[in-house]
Amino acid sequence: MENNKEKIRLAVAGVLIGLCAFGLVCFGNPPNMGFCIACFVRDIAGSLGLHSAAVVQYLRPEILGLVLGSFIISVLSGEFRSRGGSSPFTRLVLGFFVMVGALAFLGCPFRMILRLAGGDLNALVALCGFTAGIGGGVILLNKGFSLGRSYRQPAAEGLTFPAVQIVLLVVLVAFPTLLVFSETGPGSKHAAIALSLAAGLIVGAMAQKTRLCMAGGIRDTFLIGDWTLITGTAALFVTVLIANIISGKFNLGFEGQPVAHTDHVFNFLGMALCGLGSVMLGGCPLRQLVLAGEGNTDSAVTVIGMLLGAAAAHNLGFAGVAGKGVPTAGRVAVIFGLVFCVLLGLLKIRKAKEA
Amino acid sequence: MGESIVVDARGLSCPQPVIETKKAIASKPEALSVLVDNVAAKENVTRYANTMGYDVTITQEEDGYTLCLKRR
Repeated sequence: MENNKEKIRLAVAGVLIGLCAFGLVCFGNPPNMGFCIACFVRDIAGSLGLHSAAVVQYLRPEILGLVLGSFIISVLSGEFRSRGGSSPFTRLVLGFFVMVGALAFLGCPFRMILRLAGGDLNALVALCGFTAGIGGGVILLNKGFSLGRSYRQPAAEGLTFPAVQIVLLVVLVAFPTLLVFSETGPGSKHAAIALSLAAGLIVGAMAQKTRLCMAGGIRDTFLIGDWTLITGTAALFVTVLIANIISGKFNLGFEGQPVAHTDHVFNFLGMALCGLGSVMLGGCPLRQLVLAGEGNTDSAVTVIGMLLGAAAAHNLGFAGVAGKGVPTAGRVAVIFGLVFCVLLGLLKIRKAKEA
Repeated sequence: MGESIVVDARGLSCPQPVIETKKAIASKPEALSVLVDNVAAKENVTRYANTMGYDVTITQEEDGYTLCLKRR
């Protein structure tokens, strides 16, 4: 069956991506943070001077690699297409709030799975929230929610985002003094540039090929009872879980987890916001990077929204604080984000039968 | 025999092409065509149509694909 072949492909990709994520932690990335789109975009925001939280500033090559891996594969397979124009500004704002939600919890959906595989039960609470958010998004989709169509754009438009990644890579390697780097904290913990970049390229390429999406798996299960996409996430989880247990990194519990806190209500609500926003955008933060690499400029704009969300989260004190919880400003921001998403969702329900 | 059903899902974000197809399939038509403009949508709609008991023939167009769905 075609369907089973796809499941096997996704499972293999999930295992390989899991090994990359685990490997990055072994080679220097922070614990349970082999990959985290939210954390890494946040670190990049810091490195570019968009926020001044001294412990989370590094130009993570994983992100550049993810975009470029997807770009290279999509060019080779002829899938690269410059397109955009589906409510770009709305997407920017949604990207902003997806980031605010993820940084309240301290992780994107990808890191949520990695934290869970490390025994961090706070991620289980977050997964419940994430699932609830996706459920809300599915209701909106079923009622006809849409951000409208995208259209073909000139090739240069779609090439710009991948080109920016190359420029950032050149700056990181050749002109690092232009950037800001953490000396302590999570931002100071990282694998060597070449390793991080290679892992990013591999994961980006595989995610492009398989359409792996942390939100999409749960969404498709709800929406059409299709378990194909979730196979990838499940394989990723099991792989990292086994690797953590074998290497003695597995530590079950709520307390004392690395780069985490036990504010259950806002772990739940933060990831609910992230899940809802992701479904409205058509994909989780990882998927947005991959789509941006394929020439989707709406996703590129979304990533910039995420970058701004990360900068705001640290400049204005929205972000969750490891070992403490979500500050009041962050709680307000998360609730504001949820209200924004719901109102937007109700507003943008497409008139039925628009032929 | 009603007139032929065409679902234009070009340019819609994931998973709207599948949702539009799902809505069109709800009335159990013998055949319908779905227009998509990217490979992910092509794969998703094909997979969904197959599980719903439709055979899919794919034609590549200048700006995407036309999927012809026929009930088995």
